[in-house]
Amino acid sequence: MTDTLDTAVAAGSPLLSSGELAAVRADFPLLTRTLRDGKPLVYLDSGATSQKPEVVLDAEQDFYAQRNAAVHRGAHQLAEEATEAFENAREQVASFVGADAGEIVWTTNATAGLNLVAYALSNATAGRGGDAARRFALAPGDEIVVTEAEHHANLVPWQELAARTGAVVRWIGVDDDGRLRTDELATVVTDRTRVLAFTHASNVTGAITDVAPFVARAREVGALSVLDACQSVPHLPVDLHGLGVDFAVFSGHKMLGPTGVGALYGRRELLEAMPPVTTGGSMVEVVTMETTTYAPPPQRFEAGTQMVAQAIGMGAAASYLAELGMEAVAAHEAALARELLDAVASVPGVRVIGPTDTRDRLATVSFVVEGVHAHDVGQVLDDAGVAVRVGHHCAQPLHRRFGVAATARASASVYTTSQEIAVFREALAGVRAFFGWD
Amino acid sequence: MSSMEQLYQQVILDHARAPHGRGLVPAPADAVAGESHQVNPTCGDEVTLRVAFRPAPDGAPDGSLVDEVTWEGQGCSISQASVSVLTDLVTGADLRTVDELSETFRLLMHARGAGLDDAQEDTLGDATAFTGVAKYPARIKCALLGWAALKDAIAKSGVVVPTHVKEQA
Repeated sequence: MTDTLDTAVAAGSPLLSSGELAAVRADFPLLTRTLRDGKPLVYLDSGATSQKPEVVLDAEQDFYAQRNAAVHRGAHQLAEEATEAFENAREQVASFVGADAGEIVWTTNATAGLNLVAYALSNATAGRGGDAARRFALAPGDEIVVTEAEHHANLVPWQELAARTGAVVRWIGVDDDGRLRTDELATVVTDRTRVLAFTHASNVTGAITDVAPFVARAREVGALSVLDACQSVPHLPVDLHGLGVDFAVFSGHKMLGPTGVGALYGRRELLEAMPPVTTGGSMVEVVTMETTTYAPPPQRFEAGTQMVAQAIGMGAAASYLAELGMEAVAAHEAALARELLDAVASVPGVRVIGPTDTRDRLATVSFVVEGVHAHDVGQVLDDAGVAVRVGHHCAQPLHRRFGVAATARASASVYTTSQEIAVFREALAGVRAFFGWD
Repeated sequence: MSSMEQLYQQVILDHARAPHGRGLVPAPADAVAGESHQVNPTCGDEVTLRVAFRPAPDGAPDGSLVDEVTWEGQGCSISQASVSVLTDLVTGADLRTVDELSETFRLLMHARGAGLDDAQEDTLGDATAFTGVAKYPARIKCALLGWAALKDAIAKSGVVVPTHVKEQA
């Protein structure tokens, strides 16, 4: 996959043409905004959350205006239409990531998806789910392996699961370039490893993980593989069946969709064996005063009224990206990654945290400016209308690994232009002087 | 002056580059002293601040005086300059004055950049340079980090707070 992208970049035809890009940008109402005394917005914070195209806004609006009704209950026509729209969105999202609709569970966000898996394992450990769920039970001394590059969402739930079960959290390190130490899989992942949870692409370094050796090692020792695909799904072609992971999570709002919705992918046979986590209405078969039997997945994991409009919006976002073509999106962003790296390298006193080559890398570039705190960097950029993220990006251990408390991060998306990166570069070039360092 | 220039007044840039009171100094074993560690979870900025008291001269109504403030921290220029300015302001002050300064600075941070009346601003000295911070809601916490550490350190020191200060609180 990434070989293809490198070839595309080398062939010199990666960026969307100015006409194509103008057409894309015209789909995003917010991109025409000005701020800080009339300066055009330069939005380089898509790693935190993406902007939304009109088709997504319309999809939500249309649902509420034309089809709003409770899904999966009621026999009236509106309820049928609402249910159809809701399940159609599940199909759209599933096909976008190479999964079957029955393998996609709606969650409120990716964090909730990871917690769902962790708590399902916890419930299995407590004996819930019967014989089928015994494979998920953890025992004291079992190991959960994560990486040093994880977002807190793919670390803290595992720490908590370990604390509840007596399991131990171990981790794969990160090299000086910000790439995962794949070589450590052989030693850190052992016969005691039950879960191997890792990021598909770091939200800080932008490094894309070579998933194959992780999945191979997890299978070798019989561990469950859990992929955080939040940063990959919006920017790369992702085929979950092809990758062969057991579970994956991603969020709607980072892939041009609404907030309040995300997806958990689980291989069908695993979801079928897994005990429920949140319980109540809509996830049951038969309820008596004494006991309850549960619906098959994905409904088993979708208790209570769902975020229907948001799910429909996420489906629309998946279709929008599919129509643009993820190969084209990834090639455009690979070229932007080169431009961002060049921009940062051209400014004295700026150091990149992460790979400085474009191989297997997102257009997400975190950096430190010598002598200037990231917050102050972000403030000067903001004064030029440039929106970047500052702080630890919910990855404190990774920042600690590089000896910094905070970084500034510029992250692009399909709607980002070369001109915007030039504005960013010019603003960045003035930062050290503003604080009296040059 | 642009909003950003109002935010980063020269006083702030100077304090950030050469902060006062930086470097934690252990208080003498018999001193009344307290220490506090405060973190801004949104950005990871942190400060550890130690305050030591000495008895006020005989007959003074307000008990103890701030003898020394020392601190360690890492963070943005606003947070670091704010602790530096705070160090200058409260050293030698009595508890009532510290309490009033703390409250006045808090009001300044919630004045949306409009500042306070002249009498109030006079008491704040260099800290009035932070007026522009109040226009940037995301940065107010940076400026208040050191003040939160001071308040907590005083509480932990066990210093006897005069009754009239307690009543105000």
